[in-house]
Amino acid sequence: MIAPYFAPFAARFQLTLQYRAAALAGFVTQCWWGALKIMVLAAFYGDSDAPLSLPQTISYIWLVQGLLALSYWSADPELIHGVRTGAIAHDRLRPVDTYWYWYARVAAWIMARAIPRLGLMVLMAGLALPACGYAEWSLRPPASDASMLFLVAISIGALNSAAMLALVGAGVVATGNERGVGAFFGALVLLLSGNEIPLRLFPDWAHTFLALQPFASILDAPLRIYVGDLSGAAALRAIALQVFWLVALVLLGRLATARSLAKLEVQGG
Amino acid sequence: MSAHIRVEGLRKTYRIPERDAGMWGALRSVVHRRYRTVEALSDVSFTLQRGELLGFIGPNGAGKSTTIKILSGILRPDGGLCEVDGLTPWRSRIAHVARIGVVFGQRTQLFWDLPVREGFGLLRSIYRVPEASYRRTEAELVELLRIEPLLDQPVRLLSLGQRMRCELAASMLHEPSLLFLDEPTIGLDAPSKLAVREFIQRLNRERGVTVLLTTHDMHDIEALAQRVIVIGHGRLLSDGSFEQLRAKVLHERLLVIDFADVVPSLAIEGATERAREGRRLTLAFDPTRITAPSLIARIAASYEVEDVHVEQPRIEQVISRFYDQLGAVEA
Repeated sequence: MIAPYFAPFAARFQLTLQYRAAALAGFVTQCWWGALKIMVLAAFYGDSDAPLSLPQTISYIWLVQGLLALSYWSADPELIHGVRTGAIAHDRLRPVDTYWYWYARVAAWIMARAIPRLGLMVLMAGLALPACGYAEWSLRPPASDASMLFLVAISIGALNSAAMLALVGAGVVATGNERGVGAFFGALVLLLSGNEIPLRLFPDWAHTFLALQPFASILDAPLRIYVGDLSGAAALRAIALQVFWLVALVLLGRLATARSLAKLEVQGG
Repeated sequence: MSAHIRVEGLRKTYRIPERDAGMWGALRSVVHRRYRTVEALSDVSFTLQRGELLGFIGPNGAGKSTTIKILSGILRPDGGLCEVDGLTPWRSRIAHVARIGVVFGQRTQLFWDLPVREGFGLLRSIYRVPEASYRRTEAELVELLRIEPLLDQPVRLLSLGQRMRCELAASMLHEPSLLFLDEPTIGLDAPSKLAVREFIQRLNRERGVTVLLTTHDMHDIEALAQRVIVIGHGRLLSDGSFEQLRAKVLHERLLVIDFADVVPSLAIEGATERAREGRRLTLAFDPTRITAPSLIARIAASYEVEDVHVEQPRIEQVISRFYDQLGAVEA
């Protein structure tokens, strides 16, 4: 059942892992950005009662930087290339469900970039920084009892991220290029996933909306669990919401993919 | 024998966006999109029996690739009936594509960055081919196409000829009973073309794989196809054997005679002088009016002849004349 989808997942995962230079370069950039964001936020932090403490915010930001691949703003480059060259015709010649085939590939692409960078980030911000005497700027260990929940939540977050990009991919297929959908989606994901600023640091009136919208289920919810902002029943509710969005995004993505493929079948490659 | 492919009254039109050149045209197209409708297929019907090898020829833009894309389930026609192995390709896509192999000469289905063998393995999983039968098929294909030394190379490093042999293997790994080949010899050098032709021939003769092939290379057709369909402007212009096609278009053969002495002037009914060079004379004749043996006999009776041979007109000429006659070439 799953083998026809797992094989392309594994192949893409291994292939993406091979780009070590890209991973390292990306990691260095993400360290710089992380340091910059932390310094800016720290400058604005008073001793006020912010919803996240400064150490929580610092940990949150290092993790965002390590997990950048999850809140990425571009459709699968392989799909974009396929749309340009007409190679997606070959995807339609495979005896598999096209949505899950593309989903498997984009999920592999996301995870193979996220995992090594997250590992490096833990080494740098979690171990090297404290060892060099910068403990107050470091990535702290997860809040007590949060480890398991965080692992579950971040895994669902990655699946959500893939579902989101599969949806974006359907838009790329429908419009024939990645620019329109990419520009629109890029702005949303950066702001609403917590990538730019932790969602808890937005004004109070926005909190309910921000917690409920689908992008929070990619990154913000798992990170709030990690830093201990969400725990116990609240954490479980957040995970339930993540699952809800996963199902919704997959259904929506399947619908959108079916529609763009129907258009493709009519208009030709 | 039973029908493998049945196509009746297939129609397909494309809408092509158009805009005037320049800045003004670009701005106007933002507000108002203009489309031109192009009829790719207007009425195509044919039946292909199991085990047949059919060549599809026609000028560029005639509708060959569109036909293949519809038959393989990539495109949905606007009208008409199409059944492959009892299935309608675009309605039962997954079941249908599991039973066919497709090669587009201009594109690759291999995985660009993966070594050939890994790409094959990936296809095995995607097609759910059982390990044992896969190992047998792969070994056979590798031997038949002589690609053993290529298996560990990434696809992007292969030459076009090497890649095409790997494409053919990839399209047959799941042992389909029907193979679509869209210009499989395009851009290949002579040895690669021969290798591709030999492979197609063996698949068809030894394994009974039904083959539908499009090409611009008439030697492909001459070497391979038992049956040829000519398509132009989205219509079938002719359907029959290559010999029939040749006879239909050109009633002309050439007789080349080397005389022992000077070339005489001849006046023979049904034959006209075409060229005269040294002691060699080339006559064009219509075999329906005078047969080659009787023509030779008449000449040899009156003159001393050193050598004689009959030539077929070149097939490229046959075809381009045919396209002209039928008005198939696009403006």
